Amino acid sequence: MILAQSWLEIRLALRNGEQLVLTVVIPALLLVLFGSIRVPALGSGGIDFLVPGVMTVAVLSTAFTGQGIATGFDRRSGVLKRLSASPLSKSGLIVAKTLAVACIEVMQLLLISLIGRLMGWSPSGGIGSAIVLLALGTASFSGLGLLMAGTLRAEATLAVANLLFLLLLAGGGIFVPLTKFPAGVRPLLSLLPTAALSDGLRQSFGTSHQFPLAAAVILLGWALVSIICAAVTFRWE
Amino acid sequence: MLVGTVMSPAVQIENLIKRYGPRVAVDGFSLQVETGSIFAILGPNGAGKTTTVECCEGFRKPDFGVVRVLGLNPTRDGHRLRPRIGVMLQSGGVYPAIRAEEMLRHVAKLHAHPIDPSLLILRLALASAGKSAYRKLSGGERQRLAFALAIVGRPELVFLDEPTAGLDPQGRLAVWDLICELRDAGVTVVLTTHSMDEAERLADRLAIVDHGRVVATGTIRELTGGSASGSITFDALPNLEIDSLRSMLPSDFLVEEQPPGHYSIVGALDPQVIATVTAWCAARDVMPHGLRVGHRTLEEVFLEITGRGQRT
Repeated sequence: MILAQSWLEIRLALRNGEQLVLTVVIPALLLVLFGSIRVPALGSGGIDFLVPGVMTVAVLSTAFTGQGIATGFDRRSGVLKRLSASPLSKSGLIVAKTLAVACIEVMQLLLISLIGRLMGWSPSGGIGSAIVLLALGTASFSGLGLLMAGTLRAEATLAVANLLFLLLLAGGGIFVPLTKFPAGVRPLLSLLPTAALSDGLRQSFGTSHQFPLAAAVILLGWALVSIICAAVTFRWE
Repeated sequence: MLVGTVMSPAVQIENLIKRYGPRVAVDGFSLQVETGSIFAILGPNGAGKTTTVECCEGFRKPDFGVVRVLGLNPTRDGHRLRPRIGVMLQSGGVYPAIRAEEMLRHVAKLHAHPIDPSLLILRLALASAGKSAYRKLSGGERQRLAFALAIVGRPELVFLDEPTAGLDPQGRLAVWDLICELRDAGVTVVLTTHSMDEAERLADRLAIVDHGRVVATGTIRELTGGSASGSITFDALPNLEIDSLRSMLPSDFLVEEQPPGHYSIVGALDPQVIATVTAWCAARDVMPHGLRVGHRTLEEVFLEITGRGQRT
């Protein structure tokens, strides 16, 4: 039952052109583009700096933007009401959605790793801690996406999700290193989940082989707060 | 757990009250639906039909009163109730991008012992629509799909909110046939409608509701034949002088021409009254076209109870 729902969510997500552009084309394009031309603002980290950032974009686009928008429209079209009248429980639906998001992310991350390898990316291990961080990041972005979808109108969700996506892309520590920002806002920006995820991934794949504890704690905090808020405020119709 | 369990009604509502802010949508609603019967809730728009059904489905929590569906509390025992009931929403409930057949097969998979979706596609003439995305379907196709989605899980009890609204005559007949087959298979059906012929055609029992209350309940026969009162109606030339007919009948008879050319005689009918009316016509060489002797129709009862004024 849950797997059937997951599989349906994956199929519908892959069939949705706009979402496919957002989740697959944009991250891949950013990687190829920024990987092949030198953009001074992006610092000099090269491909090792870029790949974790693009992975963050992938997770952000699927768990937050894509899931938030899709759920907002599911609520408006009455699908959530229809499903809540079926034997599938609310928690079952959330598990199904999470599984669907995880599957799409695996596809995205494989594609990004592949393109990254072709462009000379060679991580020195750290796969295990990267997976932990990606899971925590997924949880926080999903929580935020569902918080938005459960409280705003579908069109407002669409607008806010895309706006936040762009703002985080620019100022969320994904592509532009936080050292490029004024010292005053740096501590605040470093608390953003995107900054924690991309810097944490950089540390994981880096040579230090240390678990990025600070990043993990920040992401865990975001996950707990956003999921609890989403669970309290979510409206099904 | 003796006979009580076996005999308990499929749906029991006692003194249900539901408010939306200051507006009282359902105001002390009580009814009982026997297992294996078709029960129609008939009422004008805004009478509280949908709210009542949604309280039974567990979508809304009653402010006051008791709702039991298959012996369960829909708000508290929803997870046990939902696998056993079917719900037809008044609109929507389908992903815009999904194909109709895909949605039906998906919802079938969410249930343990579904009806074969192919059978429903055939019976509800959804084969060609089934290949199209939901957003491209016509109103009637969407309505038939919504009906299929409600019954595909092989429910013991199904709630149908205006099941034939917007359907063409063939679509109505297909849905009506399936509803009767469900009842014959032992399924309890609760439907809301404001279509009189739907209620007359299908319902074993019905409740007329207005302003959030049940104002009359019973079988069609009980509701329409409650008094000895009946009516004779016929069509003829307009402006016959009906005062002479009125004077030939007992004084409590109502004789009127409304609209012009349509005559009705309402009162306690007996064979003598019918003879008087036809003799009156014969004396004037008037052919009473469409002469009909009958009980009050459900529509007459309905308008009598809920009033003839337009609802705003």
